[in-house]
Amino acid sequence: MSHDITHNEIGHDHHDHKPKGFVKRWLMTTNHKDIGTLYLVFALAMFILGGAMAMVIRLELFQPGLQFIEPHFFNQMTTMHALVMIFGAVMPAFVGLANWMIPLMIGAPDMALPRMNNWSFWILPFAFTMLLATFFMDGGAPAGGWTMYPPLVLQGGHNVGFLVFAVHMMGISSIMGAINVIATIMNMRAPNVGYLNMPLFVWTWLITAFLLIAVMPVLAGAVTMVLTDRYFATSFFNAAGGGDPVLFQHLFWFFGHPEVYIMILPAFGIVSEIIPTFARKPLFGYVSMVYATAAIAFLSFIVWAHHMFSVGMPLGGELYFMYATMMIAVPTGVKIFNWVATMWKGSMTFETPMLWSLAFVVLFSIGGFSGVMMALAPVDLQYHDTYFIVAHFHYVLVTGAVYGIIAGVYYWLPKWSGHMYSERLGKIHFWWSTISVNVLFFPQHFLGLAGMPRRIPDYSTQFAEFNMMSSIGGFAFGLAQVFFVYIVWKTVRGGEKATDQVWDDAKGLEWTVPSPAPYHTFEEFGPVDLDKMAHGKIH
Amino acid sequence: MKKAQMKFMMLITGLLASSMAVAEYGLNLRRGVTEYSQTAYGLHTLTLWICIVIGVLVFGAMIVSIFTHRKSKGYKAEQFSHSTVAEVIWTIIPIIILVVIAIPATKALIQMENPTDDSGKRMKMDLTIKVTGYQWKWKYDYMEDGISFLSTLDRDHNIARQKGSNIDVNTIENYLLEVDNPLVIPVDTNIRFLLTADDVIHSWWVPDFGWKRDAIPGYINEAWTNVKTPGIYRGQCAELCGKDHGFMPIVVEALSKEDYAQWLAEQKGEQAEEAELVQTEWTKEQLMAKGEEVYNAQCGTCHQASGAGMPPAFPALAGSEFVNGPATDQIDLVLNGKPGTAMQAFGNILSETDIAAAITYTRNSFGNTAGDVVQPATVKSMKQ
Repeated sequence: MSHDITHNEIGHDHHDHKPKGFVKRWLMTTNHKDIGTLYLVFALAMFILGGAMAMVIRLELFQPGLQFIEPHFFNQMTTMHALVMIFGAVMPAFVGLANWMIPLMIGAPDMALPRMNNWSFWILPFAFTMLLATFFMDGGAPAGGWTMYPPLVLQGGHNVGFLVFAVHMMGISSIMGAINVIATIMNMRAPNVGYLNMPLFVWTWLITAFLLIAVMPVLAGAVTMVLTDRYFATSFFNAAGGGDPVLFQHLFWFFGHPEVYIMILPAFGIVSEIIPTFARKPLFGYVSMVYATAAIAFLSFIVWAHHMFSVGMPLGGELYFMYATMMIAVPTGVKIFNWVATMWKGSMTFETPMLWSLAFVVLFSIGGFSGVMMALAPVDLQYHDTYFIVAHFHYVLVTGAVYGIIAGVYYWLPKWSGHMYSERLGKIHFWWSTISVNVLFFPQHFLGLAGMPRRIPDYSTQFAEFNMMSSIGGFAFGLAQVFFVYIVWKTVRGGEKATDQVWDDAKGLEWTVPSPAPYHTFEEFGPVDLDKMAHGKIH
Repeated sequence: MKKAQMKFMMLITGLLASSMAVAEYGLNLRRGVTEYSQTAYGLHTLTLWICIVIGVLVFGAMIVSIFTHRKSKGYKAEQFSHSTVAEVIWTIIPIIILVVIAIPATKALIQMENPTDDSGKRMKMDLTIKVTGYQWKWKYDYMEDGISFLSTLDRDHNIARQKGSNIDVNTIENYLLEVDNPLVIPVDTNIRFLLTADDVIHSWWVPDFGWKRDAIPGYINEAWTNVKTPGIYRGQCAELCGKDHGFMPIVVEALSKEDYAQWLAEQKGEQAEEAELVQTEWTKEQLMAKGEEVYNAQCGTCHQASGAGMPPAFPALAGSEFVNGPATDQIDLVLNGKPGTAMQAFGNILSETDIAAAITYTRNSFGNTAGDVVQPATVKSMKQ
């Protein structure tokens, strides 16, 4: 059996084949674990950078009046915060987790396309160098919002070209990453692992990868038209030249809505791994979880214009997009109920990954509730473009996607590093983050309902109290994530030795290999022990 | 661990209690002053309560589970992993709830987009106002009465909001929500809004009316309202439109029908006077004085009061070859704008007098030495 083979191998260092030297080990690597690490380190760096931009935003909004920065720079901050967090932090973190975990979870020796894997990572630092370089140019960084709506984005001067090419490169990287995930899952599963034996994290990533391949080219096309409008006198989005500014919004959100599921489905997968482990009980409704994920992915393609209710659409269009959007609540509800049913009558313990996962279920649901409210077109004419939606998407992206990632890091870090993190520090990090994140984002619901628009650097004095509260929460939350970097660094450097199993009774092939996972695992193609897999024998 | 949980529960209870205590500070959606805003508020409240009930049930089940089904209490895990009955129930019930919400939502949306009166006929609009968004001001055209004016952030507010102004904004009433010329409308009147923009996309939003609608270049969007109560209603641009997006407020003054008629008559008189001024010959001093005023209100946001601009987006006028060049070129640029840049076509925004004065001012200020004056009549002739 393959896990026995890997056990035998780590006794001999020369079988480990770790290349020597920085260039050979990291720049030229084709190893899924090294590339996974690169992605995760890059994502963490971008998370801190994007967080620093958020701190600037919250600092300026701490009090009414302009104290620290000019409005134009404020717009650069909101725009770049979103681009860096979405394309630099959340998406690469998920690809990093996929790289590390998918081969380990399906009994594959590596990703199917290792050289392409190297390339898809190494594009990213260059893409972000280009994007961030705009800060040092005349006119500064893009300031038209991450949504890049023309005609405003075209006023960006030199940064338009850099923005467009950076988005192209991120898109190429994502598509290659997605192709790799699909090729790996379809071709590299151990021979006795069927699709319905796969862990849910693998399933959610498979579906996410299809979303990526479907929508990234649409974004690339849309921004290319921005590029030609800016530099080659075309009028795709220029009304004066016979073009249509609203066309861009349709194209953008045809990408943008699936994109938000790209950022949450893998988190669903992570949480679906963690909750059964710490409830000591199988995941409730595995098959319905798979179908619900697929249903959410399908619906994500047909709801895009709910971001555009105030744009002015025919009544029939608005009704259709309202109904379609409301339907997403059904499969999402199934997932939430299944997680609660997994906890129900389990034997729960509350280690750090479990705490983050439980908070994920509650706080993501709060984001889901405000999502249902905004699906209602007649009321969305009030909610749209206010702090209510800022609160909504931060609940689903910070306490959703980011909480999922952090939960996953605590869950698998012992397997990656061979060391247990400090439970005490992990719990401090959790409570500190969870209290502060609610102080940060919950009052923003009130601000939006009271009438504060989003993306403004200064506001009427009636909004002062909740903005101050939100900023205090923001500073505390930001600091907590610096603490997280310290915890990860400390764990990688040393600490209590992790066992191979790490968590008692945790199911999954990743727990059958040693901790830290050796450089090569599942080297010999052959059947794996299905009893070790959470869903190996159930169906 | 137990202690931490207790603290957490206390925190939650504390938050709930305090949120009730400060309810009057605007925690909830505004009810507004139109029938539509009341409908939206009702729909918001219905959905919010449904969400709260579902939340209490789901999170309640989680909390019960967390406190009872735990290893530290010696609870042994059961191993069930499936229940078709449960799964069918929690698929069907949400669908029913969504249908229950969708019915009133559909009705509300129809009333916004295709309004009908009590007899079911298409609602008749009594007054049409065209709203045009510019960076960073609004223009209102009363289509039937032929009057139009610009509405920009009030001058005192604009001074106070500058970085380093050293003015305590808390001392300013309705900070950032005050304009020089508010939109004036009559109450109990069906008003149609036609919305468009001249440069980038804006969004016209007065929360008390219950809706926002984008103003998009090349599009004419439609929306309507009928305000029941006289009063002053404030809102803001809701679509990111560049650096001063946060500084283009909307103020609507709803007057009784009699007061509105009087206001309308005054406006018509003023605009007739304005038309006469175009024909008169102005002195340089007159043009410079008016020009400074117009420049600071309309041009200074981008080109700066000092004329230094903010290159590369907003070029400097001080020492500019173009401004010191032929006057006709400058008039042409100001009238027609420069496509692909933030420079708008002011021919449709400002009066001939204002344009002539502003151009004269720029040609003779910031160390510029063109020396000549531009008469309103010249601008008018170039406009045709």
